[in-house]
Amino acid sequence: MQPILEVQNLRKTYGTTVAVDDVSFSIQPGEIFGILGPNGAGKTTTVESVIGLRQPDRGQVSVLGLDPQRERTALAQRIGIQLQQANLADRLKVWEALDLFGSFYARTVPWQPLLEQWGLAEKRDTAFVNLSGGQKQRLFIALALLNDPEVVFLDELTTGLDPQARRNTWELVQEVRAQGKTVVLVTHFMDEAEALCDRLAIIDRGKVIALDRPAALVRSLELDSRVIFESDAGVNLAELRALPQVSEAIQNGQRVTVYGKGDGLVSGVVKQLEAQHTPFQNLRTEQPSLEDVFIHLTGRQIRE
Amino acid sequence: MTITLNTQPITFGLADALRSAAKLTFTQFKLFLREPVAFFFNLAFPVLLLLLFGVIWGNEPGSSFFSPAYGYIDAQTPALAALIIGTVAFMTIPIATATAREQKLLRRFQATPMRPIVYLIADVIVNFAVALTGMILLVVVARMVFGLRFGGSWMALFAGFTFAALSFIAVGYVIASLSPTSRVAQVAGQVIFFPMMFLSGAAMPLQIMPASIQSVAQWLPLTHVVRLLQDLWFGGQWNTTALLVLSGMLVVGTAVSVFAFRWE
Repeated sequence: MQPILEVQNLRKTYGTTVAVDDVSFSIQPGEIFGILGPNGAGKTTTVESVIGLRQPDRGQVSVLGLDPQRERTALAQRIGIQLQQANLADRLKVWEALDLFGSFYARTVPWQPLLEQWGLAEKRDTAFVNLSGGQKQRLFIALALLNDPEVVFLDELTTGLDPQARRNTWELVQEVRAQGKTVVLVTHFMDEAEALCDRLAIIDRGKVIALDRPAALVRSLELDSRVIFESDAGVNLAELRALPQVSEAIQNGQRVTVYGKGDGLVSGVVKQLEAQHTPFQNLRTEQPSLEDVFIHLTGRQIRE
Repeated sequence: MTITLNTQPITFGLADALRSAAKLTFTQFKLFLREPVAFFFNLAFPVLLLLLFGVIWGNEPGSSFFSPAYGYIDAQTPALAALIIGTVAFMTIPIATATAREQKLLRRFQATPMRPIVYLIADVIVNFAVALTGMILLVVVARMVFGLRFGGSWMALFAGFTFAALSFIAVGYVIASLSPTSRVAQVAGQVIFFPMMFLSGAAMPLQIMPASIQSVAQWLPLTHVVRLLQDLWFGGQWNTTALLVLSGMLVVGTAVSVFAFRWE
């Protein structure tokens, strides 16, 4: 299938700072594609170059077959954008914002159902300044969907939202995709990328350091799972480490973490503890996540 | 799941562009009316000055520095109209535009297909409408309270007012575009505007000033607006010097502000 969006060897510098360095990826129609990375990694610069708000120093970008620089206006008609940093006039009312922004587009969907869908129906006559953070965010998403766009760009969609509102927003993003739209999701939240994205590019220091489906990324690195338990008695760590499935065992107070791979990890650890007659509680396992992928690839936590 | 791409071309013609420009203009005007501070300085303050001057000086024939047929208020009403033009151009536009840029209001517009020129045109129309409303208010109040006299042609006065306002507004966007922050825009506007307000004859007649100040006043653009409007008010000629000064401001101001305008 022809990609709906294609970025090749994109590079953008600000003075001597290289914000984006040789970034390439392509997105298929109907995908939720994630651009994941820590703050300052170059995610927003990448997206702003893709939608024509920034002029890249080098590289080719094509969105819906259009050149975002030369055909910016034609492209803007067909994409929806929720910017990381944007505002509306303090005293502009919700309905006025939708009415005004609707007039910029050749094709729009009626805005009343959008207000319903995004839970803003009761805020119709409320001034922007009097909306909560979550309501402002939902209004920006509604504005991004106003022109029935084919590709929707959502930059740091859930930053500043409470956990409940984040989950609701995730569902709505899936609904947007179910309507046949392609979604480009920029985020620094690992759980968000893992929950929503079909594929994602991890960007760090301006470069794409990984590009695949989230599950495939986690599997491909063959990272260790963890078995964690508590024990009051002395645990013989050496014997645990001697198990073939186990790569490392660490004790921190009562808490023991055993790293290893394979289906036999849990049963191996439990059998060994029983053989030692070591009592243990609260045993649980943790699978490797995107967070581990990021740490493995960069040697750093994503938020530092 | 099959995805069908919309391959229909999207056409956004001139009629659509005009419709969105009209909507933007109307919305911006509503927003201005909801801004109490701007409302006061642009519209209420000149009327208050007019009432104050009228109470102090009255409007008896001969109380102006012009023809004995005219009173103080008859001469100061066009001068206060010039003051409104200065306020809109050097205070309202730089502060509002730089603030909109700082608060990322313009950034959100930039993400739409709307072209910058549409935004600028709508903004010019709104600010011109504010200035014109201010002058009409002055005329109505002066007429009702002080029996305002007018010796010129309303059409010529409107033309002169429009020309002067557009010239000043163009320079207002230059200040807005060159100011890195709204704070700088505010200070720059004040530094330019406050001396002009007192030394151009806009707030008080130049004729009461010493000769040295009167000669300095010739170098202030607002002096030329006051002269242009007062001449037209008394039915005199179009002042050539004023027309030249304002033409220069219009051409340079428009060129620089279209070139220097920034969304962020």
